[in-house]
Amino acid sequence: MSGALADGELLALTGRGAAAMIAACDVSPAELADAYLDRIEHDPDETNAFLHVDREATRASAELAGTLDASVPTRGVPLAVKDLLSTKDMPTTCGSRILEGFRPVYDATAVALAREAGLVNLGKANMDEFAMGSSNETSAYGVVRNPWDPTKVPGGSSGGSAAAVAGGLAPWALGSDTGGSIRQPAALCGIVGMKPTYGVVSRYGLVAFASSLDQIGPMTKDVEDCATLLGVIASPDARDTTCVGPREAVSLDKRDRLDGVRLGLPRQFMAEGIDPDVKAVIESNLRCAIELGAAIVDVDLPHAEYALAAYYLIAPAEASANLARFDGVRYGLRVDADSLGEMYDATRAKGFGLEVQRRIMIGTYALSSGYYDAYYGQAQRVRTLIARDFERVFEHCDLVIGPTSPTTAFGIGERMDDPLAMYASDICTIPVNLAALPGISIPSGLASGLPVGFQLIGPAFSENRILSAAWTLEQAFQFDPVPTRLRQEVQR
Amino acid sequence: MTLQAQATEDRLEAWEPVIGLEIHLQLATKTKMFCRCRLEFGAAPNTHVCPVCLAHPGVLPVPNRRAVDYAIMIGLALNCEIAERTTFSRKNYFYADSPKAYQISQYEDPICGPGYLDVPDGEGGSFRVGITRAHMEEDAAKLVHAGSSGRIADSSHSFVDFNRVGTPLVEVVTDPDIRTPEQAKRFLTLLKNTIETIAVSDCNMEEGSLRCDANISIRPRGATELGTKTELKNMNSFRFIERGIHAELARQVDLVERGQEVEQETLHYDPTTGAIRSLRSKELAHDYRYFPEPDLVPIEVTPEHIERVRADMAELPLARMARFEEAYGLSTYDAEVLNLSSDTADFYETTVALTTDADHKLVANWTMGELLALQKEGVVVTPEALAGVVDLVATKKISGAVGKEVLGRVAREGGDPAEIVEREGLAQVSDEGALRSVIEGLLDANPKQVEQYKGGKESLVGFFVGGVMKAMQGKADPGAAKALIVELLEAR
Repeated sequence: MSGALADGELLALTGRGAAAMIAACDVSPAELADAYLDRIEHDPDETNAFLHVDREATRASAELAGTLDASVPTRGVPLAVKDLLSTKDMPTTCGSRILEGFRPVYDATAVALAREAGLVNLGKANMDEFAMGSSNETSAYGVVRNPWDPTKVPGGSSGGSAAAVAGGLAPWALGSDTGGSIRQPAALCGIVGMKPTYGVVSRYGLVAFASSLDQIGPMTKDVEDCATLLGVIASPDARDTTCVGPREAVSLDKRDRLDGVRLGLPRQFMAEGIDPDVKAVIESNLRCAIELGAAIVDVDLPHAEYALAAYYLIAPAEASANLARFDGVRYGLRVDADSLGEMYDATRAKGFGLEVQRRIMIGTYALSSGYYDAYYGQAQRVRTLIARDFERVFEHCDLVIGPTSPTTAFGIGERMDDPLAMYASDICTIPVNLAALPGISIPSGLASGLPVGFQLIGPAFSENRILSAAWTLEQAFQFDPVPTRLRQEVQR
Repeated sequence: MTLQAQATEDRLEAWEPVIGLEIHLQLATKTKMFCRCRLEFGAAPNTHVCPVCLAHPGVLPVPNRRAVDYAIMIGLALNCEIAERTTFSRKNYFYADSPKAYQISQYEDPICGPGYLDVPDGEGGSFRVGITRAHMEEDAAKLVHAGSSGRIADSSHSFVDFNRVGTPLVEVVTDPDIRTPEQAKRFLTLLKNTIETIAVSDCNMEEGSLRCDANISIRPRGATELGTKTELKNMNSFRFIERGIHAELARQVDLVERGQEVEQETLHYDPTTGAIRSLRSKELAHDYRYFPEPDLVPIEVTPEHIERVRADMAELPLARMARFEEAYGLSTYDAEVLNLSSDTADFYETTVALTTDADHKLVANWTMGELLALQKEGVVVTPEALAGVVDLVATKKISGAVGKEVLGRVAREGGDPAEIVEREGLAQVSDEGALRSVIEGLLDANPKQVEQYKGGKESLVGFFVGGVMKAMQGKADPGAAKALIVELLEAR
């Protein structure tokens, strides 16, 4: 343990706090990384937030960062990286057996940008297998425990990233969001998580789940860190034709009030299915927003109720093609068999978990001849309608708001036998992916001792507007991101 | 007409063949379609590969702009509508030669829409073959089957060479407008010539840069409904395509006349045995589960872009044919033959420009006759050599027979035609004195033929002309010799 750093300090340490310590030479990048790795190694909660840590690789990464110019603002700050982002220096398994031991030959663009900004790869964060899940329980490498209550899930699919940040195992993290996979675990773990507009962050090196929905984003302790980390990774990329980068440089406009800001509240986001405790927190959040000068506008997303159904056709359809390459031939797991065909079968049967297999089958079926129009085609039409709903709504408000998740963190094992209940976890986040819009979840209060997330959604490329409003609200909500049960640690 | 063609024709009295072709053209770009790996035929296996073309997890495709331009050029050459907005699709199939387990192709909005090609019928007219579409896609990897035969059935294992995977292809699909195997061959000849002229593909069937499948059906003459079609795969020369179609038509007529039905299936023609065997029937047909490729944004093609591409295009064979008739006063037949390949047409025009005395028709005759004959023997002739020779013939310095000999010598040994004629005394003799003595001797030596001539067999003049040419080693002016022979014969 580095002398300068007690465990308690790490619990509350933000990315920019860490950067300040390094800039002031209170701690070296390597020492700071070591402190986190010690904490991960001796974690009494057995959070299981990381699938791969490698002290030597992290040290090498820290030393490299140490050589950067001291003016690089994020120099030497450790970063947890979701395990579906390709990293040259550590394995990338996507939480799946089929990629066990797989080490990419290249860095994802977002990872490369992070390294250029002096960020240090602390380890690869646990996740639902191929990002298919909302509780991190489909990981082939074990569940992740929620630092607020170790009997609860952290949410998913970026559950490892969220738990790492909430539990002080990393100052910040990268996640990915296909239907809520950044925002929902951020909400359940009491941290900030942002899904940028589709096309703001390069997907090159992100192992694809659903290519038209996937987007990489920051998971942080507060909004200011979120803006900083987004600024590092948001950039156009010649390797990704769907990526255009941010429309304007990411910046955080800190305002004390929300005067004149119209916040649209879709009635669909406060309808039945939203836990009454969560609803109560959101309602108090709304009062808070009004006190800050914002106007709450009732808006309508008439097609939002079809979002879940459309999502569970489009995402599995794309996944069925994206995951077909895992055949045991070129990389990852191979289960030997007598013939090539049997090898394929055995490898995929053993390599993919049940949820992944279920979605591959759904997706294959939805695309098959004779069913395409009724399923995939229809889902794409719904997607267009939802995007139009949002366009119309933004004629009447500046941002759309609501709960991020209909419930707080649920018990480990509680929803595993009921896929439909599990899928409903993302009912407030999925429409945003379908419309390719940016959205953020900020912690906004506690319901029965567990964090509630408040979601802000903006028009395409309005990240700065979202960040600014989120920052103002964050100051007003006064949420303490250190889990209640761990606060003594900080005071000690 | 070959025996086979005659036999098919007899049997087709009652049946009308309906044939459509699908032609795959490998584009002659420097790099692959979706990554920047170099393309090089015959390179050591798996030396031109990268994470993108090996389908490593997380990679994304980026279209080759040159390939898009080439595809537009092909569309323009085939009188196709060029799409303003073109999209890619995924064609799913799981096989060892397809590392992504899908091929990026085009389905809904191909780059080239309907077009046509007017094909000379060899009798001064032409027939029109409609182009349904032409679209961009990528080639598969090459499978090399172990064992001497190279066939998959006899080998214990196969090797995969990924150098070829991702090679840009354009697939041209024709309407079912072709009515005879001969028409198929004529169409392909013009298509190949057209593509070679615009230099976007090597069109080398042996190396696989031009591949052709034929969709074949028959119907009672006069019927408008289409019969069940079969697909004849991957024939590797125009001759085999013609033969394969003959064989398949005969097979279908056999079936139908025996009261059986043609089954929709994919067939393989074996050129060595002439046998046709089934590759797969409709029940085993692939369901390719096409859907829009989410990793690629649509490509917008502006009118300015199309005009830029058009400006780079060489003159097309049909336009050139018309110009040959117009500018050089050639017959349709001559213009057609000279334009069977762009190399021949280029050669002709270069030679015309180099000649000073020969008329265009004479150059055409020598190009079609001597040039092509020498090329068939593998002898390289330069336009300079041919121009020199035809000028000597045109000014009657040498006879045609000597010209042929001189051309052959210049081609094989080099040198200047005029110098060779001078040095070896090959100049034509039209001097009456020299001719007269040779002819008198010849008439004296052949009294029987003189008598027959006198008896009315005037064709024997040719016999005497031949004799004079032989006696004078081809140096006699045949016109002058003939006139003098007649004169002397009449005098006897």
